[in-house]
Amino acid sequence: MTTTPEPTADVIAERITRFLEERTKISFAVDTDVFASGSVNSLFAMELVVFLEESFDVEIGGSDLRLDNMRTVRSMTGLVQRLRDADEDGHG
Amino acid sequence: MTENMTLRGGAVSEEQRTHRLMVLGAGVMGVGIATLGIGSGLPVTLVDVDEGKLGQARRQIRRELKLARLMGALPEGTAPGELTTTTSAKEGAAATAVIEAVTELAEVKAAVLAEVSALVAPGTPVVSNTSSIPIDELADAVARPEDFIGTHFMNPPCLIPTVEVIRGKRTGDAVEATLTSVLAELGRTALVVADNPGFVTSRVLHPMLNDAIRVVREGTAPPETVDALFEGCLGHRTGPLRTADLIGLDNLADSLRVLYERTGDEGCKPDQLLLDKVQAGHFGRKTGRGFYDYGGHAS
Repeated sequence: MTTTPEPTADVIAERITRFLEERTKISFAVDTDVFASGSVNSLFAMELVVFLEESFDVEIGGSDLRLDNMRTVRSMTGLVQRLRDADEDGHG
Repeated sequence: MTENMTLRGGAVSEEQRTHRLMVLGAGVMGVGIATLGIGSGLPVTLVDVDEGKLGQARRQIRRELKLARLMGALPEGTAPGELTTTTSAKEGAAATAVIEAVTELAEVKAAVLAEVSALVAPGTPVVSNTSSIPIDELADAVARPEDFIGTHFMNPPCLIPTVEVIRGKRTGDAVEATLTSVLAELGRTALVVADNPGFVTSRVLHPMLNDAIRVVREGTAPPETVDALFEGCLGHRTGPLRTADLIGLDNLADSLRVLYERTGDEGCKPDQLLLDKVQAGHFGRKTGRGFYDYGGHAS
């Protein structure tokens, strides 16, 4: 059985930044509010959820399903890390 | 807006929910309305002739429920209503309201409405969700025109708190009252208007979207600039080309044809660029590409 190395925060942040840039043509700093920029509408939040779930093998649900978690590269990175850590703990 | 929707959605308690919905058609609007019903705690039977489309609809409903929760658009703590998907409208015959949301073609709607209106009990609202077809035209097809009424939900229904309701010449008072109570359980506010092609919103909005498409075709500005002008100068939440992509370019073209045929307004004649996009299968968000590229993801 092979083990995929856990992506670091930098790797996660870089992939999220790249996705945002591909989709919006804007390069966002890690703490910039993606939605405050006016370049995306709220429906884009759902694209972000799907991207994070598919790219990092996490499921975002319950109280994590909040727009505030999707606002910045940093908040998305933190969410992904937390969910991946919880998943690892869960599978012990 | 999100806060208001939450308040409205939370206004109906679990004990007050009494309705069971049947939604006909598993396209964009049928899926959206079914999502709103389930998210509001109502049982929903979603009917489509295409079993494959029902499978896609179940996945899309899960995704739209997530979107609605993400936006805080559903009442907190509400257990989702039960979703039944079926190819037979008979399975939903016990519904307290039927919402037809099949494709925007009068003859297709009429055939579906004729069948379903004969299945449900008298007094059950039979609702056609349409963006432009006059209700009284469709009323000829139904078993009891007094039980027949129109809605025009906007997409996505979970995120839009108001519904345009169209009262036809033969629509009864009782069905209007029942539909209003259904919409209240869905956390929506009904605004009732008279029956004319395109009613209020489509009669005004769709020719405007057609004009925006013409502006793009004529090379005055690309879609991004047109939308940025409407958003930045006029304060629109979403510009006209993104709105067109969200409605679905095929649906917009169908609606414009309905308006053009019934009003003779040249501004409603679908622009060639719109027709070209439809011809190419670029219907907007739902196919992943329209005036904008959505990264190949239908959303």
